[in-house]
Amino acid sequence: MANHVVPVKMYVTIVGCLFCLTVITVLAAFIELGVLNTPLALGIALLKATLVVLFFMHVRYNTPLMWVFAAAGFFTLIIFLALLMQDYMSRDWQRPPAEFLL
Amino acid sequence: MSSNAQPVALNHQFEDLQQQYEAANMGMWAFIAQEIMFFGGLFAGYTVYRFKYLGAFIEGSNHLPIELGALNTAVLIASSFTMAMAVRAAQQGAKNPLLRWILATMVLGTTFLVIKAFEYADKYHHGLLPGSSFEGSGQLKIFFSFYFAMTGMHALHMIIGLGLIVWLIPKIRRGTYTSEYFSPIENFGLYWHFVDIIWIFLFPLLYLIGRDPWPIM
Repeated sequence: MANHVVPVKMYVTIVGCLFCLTVITVLAAFIELGVLNTPLALGIALLKATLVVLFFMHVRYNTPLMWVFAAAGFFTLIIFLALLMQDYMSRDWQRPPAEFLL
Repeated sequence: MSSNAQPVALNHQFEDLQQQYEAANMGMWAFIAQEIMFFGGLFAGYTVYRFKYLGAFIEGSNHLPIELGALNTAVLIASSFTMAMAVRAAQQGAKNPLLRWILATMVLGTTFLVIKAFEYADKYHHGLLPGSSFEGSGQLKIFFSFYFAMTGMHALHMIIGLGLIVWLIPKIRRGTYTSEYFSPIENFGLYWHFVDIIWIFLFPLLYLIGRDPWPIM
């Protein structure tokens, strides 16, 4: 709420988690995980961003209306990226037989 | 003085301080939503070109100094912590701690930009600044165009943030912000944390996932 003062201990815990996740993501970049390297790096980034939004940006302590406002931008971006990539990634999937091409 | 006197910090168009606070907070989140879409365009362009020119993007990532990127990530996370502590001090109406934490945020933000400037200078000396003197393939040039556009836009947001701190400091010193009215500090905090989040995604996208020798596509 307007004047919900979060204990210092909470902020210290969150910043500690963010530092640890940064170290983990750097180390993970040098470990051979095959196809998992990229999703892992982006998953850790998503986790870090979620911690920042929920605790540093106080969404965790805010009203449901503010949850909707905070989520709207990220949600719209996901729709944007998903529709964009389903186009680019599927462009070469199926070519019609040569006799149908002008 | 009667017990139901209007708080001094309350503007007349609002019912109470809670409503006033929520209106300011919501406006800031609406602004952040459009900022997400603004950076979203850059992220979308990056994703499409990474999909098309994966080899060049991996080559580009390996030109970037991972240790400086990681250091800058740590600096920015630390600045988010000091900013959160500044907002906490503002909520309690503690003027001097607020001033100290916001100055710490300013120092860390400046440190980030200095490190970034060294990285830019290094890229320039290695002929990796997109332009007529670029030393590399056309596809690599696209990677570095995205690198400079994304980190440059991010740095511009940092510079604007530092300017806002300079603007806030005299107001803090005058005692403008109290435990009843601290929305400008809180909203500046939201802006600063948002800029931190952008970097949290830029760091793996530009510096880390290129080290992946077996990419997903």
